[in-house]
This record gives sequence, structure tokens and C-alpha cells, in this order.
Amino acid sequence: MVFKRSILLPLLVFLTAALVLLVTLLLMLPGPNSSGTASRVPIGGPFQLTDQNGKPFSSDSLKGKPFALFFGFTHCPEVCPTTLYDLSQDLEALGKDADRMNVVFVTVDPEQDTPELMKTYLSSFDPRIIGLTGTPDEIAAAAKAYRVYYKKVPTESGYTMDHTATIFLMDGQGDFSGASNFQEAEDIRREKLRKLVKNG
Amino acid sequence: MKPTFSMPSLAAAALMLAVSPALAQSSASPAAVKAGTLTIEQPWSRATPAGAQVGGGYLRITNTGQEPDRLTGGSAPVASRIEVHQMSMVDNVMRMKAVDGGLEIKPGETVELKPGSYHLMFMDLKEPLKDGETVKGTLVFEKAGSVAVDFAVRGMGQGTGKETGHGAAPAQHKH
Repeated sequence: MVFKRSILLPLLVFLTAALVLLVTLLLMLPGPNSSGTASRVPIGGPFQLTDQNGKPFSSDSLKGKPFALFFGFTHCPEVCPTTLYDLSQDLEALGKDADRMNVVFVTVDPEQDTPELMKTYLSSFDPRIIGLTGTPDEIAAAAKAYRVYYKKVPTESGYTMDHTATIFLMDGQGDFSGASNFQEAEDIRREKLRKLVKNG
Repeated sequence: MKPTFSMPSLAAAALMLAVSPALAQSSASPAAVKAGTLTIEQPWSRATPAGAQVGGGYLRITNTGQEPDRLTGGSAPVASRIEVHQMSMVDNVMRMKAVDGGLEIKPGETVELKPGSYHLMFMDLKEPLKDGETVKGTLVFEKAGSVAVDFAVRGMGQGTGKETGHGAAPAQHKH
């Protein structure tokens, strides 16, 4: 009895510790269908568009690599060329890591932004940047998936576009991972891209 | 890692904005253009990507007269025309609209056309604007009439509203 009583306390401590460890491990391991899906931000999703070479390009084409995606249009004086310029500089700064991610520019002005114009326009930027256009319905569906707002605004002679200027940072599964925009400081944006590539 | 600004430097920056017409004349930048009671300073544009149909134009206009004037638009050999637009950023949405009836420059005020705010739009560009070039343009004001202005074209990464962090606010500085 004396012997048994002397191990009772250590045994209790051990069992308690073991239980805490077990519960912690269970909480940390993401369940296949529980916490992993629950924490997914509902931004992004499947789309079917056309790239600057006139070839079909779907969201499946981006699977396996993280990507930075933003919406804009070529008749845009500031935000779009600036964002493309910034991301071109970022790709250069990332060095080899740049090949482990994609950068995607989706037009919100499919009427004017033909694949040919997208190709010409993107020739001024990093050649790895993918430019996407499509039918108005296809663009609307892609914009909806990314919760992007865009609207035609009439001007004296034609129209311009209002649009969400967010750069969406998506992981290798196509899930939302973070965001940036053209107003964010270069070092902060670049750090986000490095992290995106690292996490895959 | 965030850039920090001391109060003295902020005050200096504010002072610079307030007295900029005087400073600009003594600096190395192109001479200010005078037209009646208006002074137009530091006109610049941004290099445009291949195939781009539009380009932005930026400058500062000071009205030293007693009457308001209005910038209604203009022309440029490189474009079909120049329009006055206003950009703003609200909740990550970039909004763009034409300034109906022209941009008013009140007596004694300086209006800045800059990234993220009021700006000129070179419409239907005939060729891309290249870094280092000078682009000729003519601005049209209701009272001051037509004014020839040379725009210095800067690199594509220039002037994105990052510097101020207040890109959305249209600037009108009182003297």
C-alpha cells in the first residue's frame, strides 16, 4: 500500500500531462474536413477565361503554385500600369522564387481589352505576367468569385471603369491567403509575396 | 520598418506645399507658365505601356487673381484631346469620373492635379509616352484661354500616391 500510494501522485501528474498533450495534438492537427475548410476565406474560385495569346485559360491552369491576381483594364492611367510595374519589379526582386508563383491581370473591360491588346500592353512588363480577358459573362463570373466590384462610368467621349484595386494573394490550392494594393509600401508587399511563395 | 516622419519634417512638408509656387520658381524644375492670373507649375506625365490608349497628366495651378477660373480640358498632338478627370480610392475601389463643367480654381487658391486625385487624361494616345520625353499640350481655361504646357514624362513607377498615403483626397491648398 505504501509503495502504491507513493506512485499515485506522479502517476496522476503523468496521466494529466499525457491527456493535455493528446488534446493539444488533436486540436493542432487539422481535420481533413473540419478546421481546414472552415477557415477558408470565400474569395476566389473557378473561372474560365482567355489568355493574351488567345488560348483558353481556367483557374485549373494556376493549380499548384501560389499566385497574385488583380483586376484592371488597359484604358487606366494610373492604378493598373502602376500595379503591373510594381509586380514586375517584385518578380525581378524575388529572383528564382518568382518562378514558384504566377502573376495574373484580369481585365474588367472585355469590350476593349481583346487578347491582342492585352498582349501588346503586357509586352511593357515582366513576360511572366498572365493577362486574361473573356466574354462579359465570363469576366462577370470571375469578378464575382473574387468579390470584385467594377462598373462602367460614362465620360465626355466614351467611358472609364471603376474597379476594385486589390491584389489578391492566393495559395497553391487557389485559396485566399492575403491582399495588397498599389498604395502599399514596396517592402511590405514584397515580404507578403515572399511569404506566399514560401508557404506554397 | 515603417517609415516614420518627425513633426518638424511634416511641418516642413506642409510649408513647402503652402509656399511651393515661390520655391518652384527658384528650383531647377521647368519655369512656371503664367497665363493671366494663373501660374502653372511642374507639369508631368507618366510613361505608358505599349498599346495604352490613355495617359495621366499632373500639374499645379495657382490663381492669384480676384476671379475664379476653370480648367475645362485641352489638346495635345500626341492625343485626340485632354480631359480633366478625378480619381478616388474608397474601400479598395478605384473610382474615376470626368470633372463636369471643368475644374474650378478659386482666387487665391492652388489646385493640385496629382496621382490619386484630380488629373489630366491624354485620350486616344497616338503613341506611348516614353520616360524622359517632353510632351506638348495646350490647356484650355474659361477665362485665361489656351495655355501651352510642356509635360515632362517620368518613369512608370513614378507618383502613385504612396508618398503621401492620402491619395484619395483632392488637394486644394489655401494661401
